[in-house]
Amino acid sequence: MSLISIFLIFLFYISSLIFISGLSYKIIQYWKTPAPLKIPIAPSALDKKGVLLRYFREIFLFASLFKANKWTWLFGWSFHLALVLLFFRHLVYFWPGEVPLILYKTEPFKYAAYPLIFGLLGLLGRRLFVDRVRYISAPSDYLMLLVFIFIASTGMIMTFANNHPNILMVKNFASGLITFKWSELPGEIIFLLHILPVFCIIAVFPISKLLHAPGIFFAPTFNQVDNARKKRHLSDWASKNEDNLKINLESKNLKDE
Amino acid sequence: MSTDNQIKLPTYVETPSIRRDSMSGDGPFKASVEIQNNLGFPGEKVENWQEVAITKMAETKSKYKSVQVFLDSCMKCGACTDKCHYFLGTADPKNMPVARQDLFRSVYRRHFTFAGKYFPRLVGAKDLDEEMLDDWYNYFHQCSQCRRCAVFCPSGIDTAEISMAAREVMNVIGVGQKYTNQILGKVKKIGNNLGMPEPALKDTLMDLEEEIKEDTGVDVKLPIDVKNSEILMVSPSADFFAEPHIDGLIGYAKVFHESGVSWTLSSYASEAANFGMFIGNYDVMRDGALRIRKAALDLNVKRVIIGECGHAWRVAYSFWNTLSGIGGGAEDEYAMRLQKQLDSQYPQPQHMIEFTYDLIQKNKLTFKKSNNDHRVVTFHDSCNVARGSNMGDIENGQFILPREVIKAACNNFIDMPKNTIKSSTFCCGGGAGLLTDDLIDLRIKGAKPRMHALRKSEQESGVNTLAAICAICKSQFSKVLPNYDFDPYMVVSVHQLVSDAIVLKKTSNHKD
Repeated sequence: MSLISIFLIFLFYISSLIFISGLSYKIIQYWKTPAPLKIPIAPSALDKKGVLLRYFREIFLFASLFKANKWTWLFGWSFHLALVLLFFRHLVYFWPGEVPLILYKTEPFKYAAYPLIFGLLGLLGRRLFVDRVRYISAPSDYLMLLVFIFIASTGMIMTFANNHPNILMVKNFASGLITFKWSELPGEIIFLLHILPVFCIIAVFPISKLLHAPGIFFAPTFNQVDNARKKRHLSDWASKNEDNLKINLESKNLKDE
Repeated sequence: MSTDNQIKLPTYVETPSIRRDSMSGDGPFKASVEIQNNLGFPGEKVENWQEVAITKMAETKSKYKSVQVFLDSCMKCGACTDKCHYFLGTADPKNMPVARQDLFRSVYRRHFTFAGKYFPRLVGAKDLDEEMLDDWYNYFHQCSQCRRCAVFCPSGIDTAEISMAAREVMNVIGVGQKYTNQILGKVKKIGNNLGMPEPALKDTLMDLEEEIKEDTGVDVKLPIDVKNSEILMVSPSADFFAEPHIDGLIGYAKVFHESGVSWTLSSYASEAANFGMFIGNYDVMRDGALRIRKAALDLNVKRVIIGECGHAWRVAYSFWNTLSGIGGGAEDEYAMRLQKQLDSQYPQPQHMIEFTYDLIQKNKLTFKKSNNDHRVVTFHDSCNVARGSNMGDIENGQFILPREVIKAACNNFIDMPKNTIKSSTFCCGGGAGLLTDDLIDLRIKGAKPRMHALRKSEQESGVNTLAAICAICKSQFSKVLPNYDFDPYMVVSVHQLVSDAIVLKKTSNHKD
């Protein structure tokens, strides 16, 4: 097996390991950190059903972003939607052995590459040309967009510009990563350029702003039910605090009689 | 009237081009040693302040899910950049919510994240040095914690949580704000923000009773410290002396009079406001809430009702049940003891607007609406009520109920432009401890988006009255309205409108 194939296989496992352990760490951290006070933000949900509806609006429609800025919404939403479609499109390659029919039906999803690149260029344009967004952008914010644009471009060149790599080798390489039956990378350099940054992004996920993906589920502003008057909300440290401060039923701080 | 500091309003609020450092400076007056010590904070900046600050940051983010999650989950999309009234009014880029958070976040990244430790330049991580601390002090006191930005954030990030955390860290290293911390000291010592002692309070109430008697010929009472009353009324202390607040207090008294339900104020808990929220300190905020708890127990009341005060209502509605057990649905003995005493037929605590609205619904109040015919009224949704609370336990109740109360008392009501009201309401510019003269420049500039919306309604619909349900909003507007060529007396309490139109029965219905 070629050195570069071995390198990429290693990279994939190391990245995946970082991804899984890092993300689990962050999720457990978010999960365990208490939310001592009720801080839902309007329009608040008055019950659990309302919270689910709110998440539906936020996750699938980016409702708050839509309220905030129509251009950012258009770019951001098309980018994310395209990302999901393309994820399913790529499952064909990673699926070991016989591929279920339904995955072949994702063939047209390849056209999602267009909204993907449209969204990415739009977001980059905003970063470059809107003075407010330029001000808040760190080098990593540009880098992230450029890497995604690079991945999208190489993918599009392979798909739409008649530069298909050996599809069988792609399939064997990708599904081999899942089944631990490793095989050689296809020789085309463009394929290498496509997956190398993808494998890197996987590793960067838990240490970068990509944490907004799990983060949104743990935002107390979104996930809390607005029922503070009806149900006493007490976090662990707050109730321990009550004991520590000796504010109990016998305390002179209470009823004097 | 045209003075130099008068600001010409454009026909629509433009998003300004950024002007770096246009609001740089030393920030508001710092608290003295005495003021700081009084709250248990160091009097002066401690020697190893960086170390203490980083330790406090670690503690805060381990105690508050909001802080930990929000520091990680910003993707710098820019949705919030044009949402803050202070940014719109000053064009200083550090007043963009995300940039304000980044003052805190860049230090978090430097000290707590892999990328920030090893690639600080790449991810914009920064050390906590003198310059950064100065920026913290200056710009976290240019945030009124109004949470307008949070309404637009796709990740649900609430800048107020970061702003509170930053102020808490600064207090712990001995860098506190004079205005807020001095007031907290007064509450601790005397029981209200003004430091108004019991005898003065009682005199004021007696004067008010006489005034109402003169005006209406009816004996409307403003009882204080009356045990076994049905209702304990807790209002912001500004209601006892400030204009136009005091007319709101008269309004509450008239409504209680008409309701026939016995009520009392408390000289021990004579303050609904709780500035503990502004400095993000759980214990200080809790101490404030416990005063109300003690008063409710001592006076043996069945209900607790809050007067017109924005952040007080957020603290009462969202936090009191947690902090002091004033609420319902407790399963622990501490809170249940109080909750057994309170009447569970009613939400606890309730807002005065809810109480009045309820009576209106039951046709128990009579209004002569024409008394308010000289007014064309609009309503300023106060940020803490609009974005951090509810009324009536119905969806959007916090927007519906105050408007219904106004409409019951007035014939002419018109809302301001849609993107400046309800959950998108603009802050008055004076919230969260910024209502101090040393920040007057900021306050005037921060009021600009609201003033613009008001001008539009004035021009299009002849609006001449601005009703509010927040003591800070009322004081702030009275002060800054002239800078925008408005009449400062156009600000009224919602319960002043009620007071002016309500028809009083000749005698009180009180059973006693």
